[in-house]
Amino acid sequence: MAPAKYLRLKDADRGPHERAGVTRRALLGAALFGAGSLLPAAAAEPASPAPEYTPQFLAAYAKFGDAAIPDGPVKLEVPDLAENGNMVPFTVSAESPMTADAYVESLTILSTGNPQPVIATFYLTPASGRALVSGRLRLARTQTLIAVAKLNTGALIKGSAKVEVNIGGCGAG
Amino acid sequence: MPTPRIKLPDSAKAGDIIDIKSVVTHPMETGNRKDPDGRPIPRNIINSFTASFAGVPVFRAELGSGISANPYISFSMRVTVPGDFLFTWTDDAGAVITQSATLKVVG
Repeated sequence: MAPAKYLRLKDADRGPHERAGVTRRALLGAALFGAGSLLPAAAAEPASPAPEYTPQFLAAYAKFGDAAIPDGPVKLEVPDLAENGNMVPFTVSAESPMTADAYVESLTILSTGNPQPVIATFYLTPASGRALVSGRLRLARTQTLIAVAKLNTGALIKGSAKVEVNIGGCGAG
Repeated sequence: MPTPRIKLPDSAKAGDIIDIKSVVTHPMETGNRKDPDGRPIPRNIINSFTASFAGVPVFRAELGSGISANPYISFSMRVTVPGDFLFTWTDDAGAVITQSATLKVVG
């Protein structure tokens, strides 16, 4: 796809204040994730577009509660570049002894750019042996994916990964 | 008709952590697409996948429309005793697909 066409489409989708620079969503996102995690990255890479979070994502993320979710040993392995957004392999994992006293209860993958923000939630038990699940997901466009692990203590930790998408999953969820 | 497939190790030792690979044929229609006449195609996805071993639930997944067609899911389990897995996939239309598989344990 020609980059110029892509840019034109993107601009048409945005309001005037967004075209001016930092989007409201980016600001909301930065507030959600804590100024420590996003703003320095944005400052270090002035050439890259501001990160965008769909309102659907923000609503889904808010369901985890008011407290900021700290970055933790949650890993989301996805290709840096996906030729085809319809089938993007992923592996989500969290460091955990997976014993009856300390285990990962669930792993949720959230999309910040798809129409439907919750890609999947996987529920584990100590019998899982390790907190690791693989599969294939759809991405409508270039975006950041967030993985949230819920521990048996109720604590939440998160990790993230960015995927550049060449051809968006047609009608991707 | 959806076809499920399960891949287990040929045999495992007690204490091993094994990978269980599952796939089922299903379009995972997102509900965001339109047919050639412009009418929306209703959503129909596998929204739930469960696995139990020897009658005990060991894994469950709630899937959204962001999961690819023909959903493939791989998860793990710590081996204790031989037994049978039962896998269940449920879609929005209420179709339930089940598949069983036997885990052999040596040593």
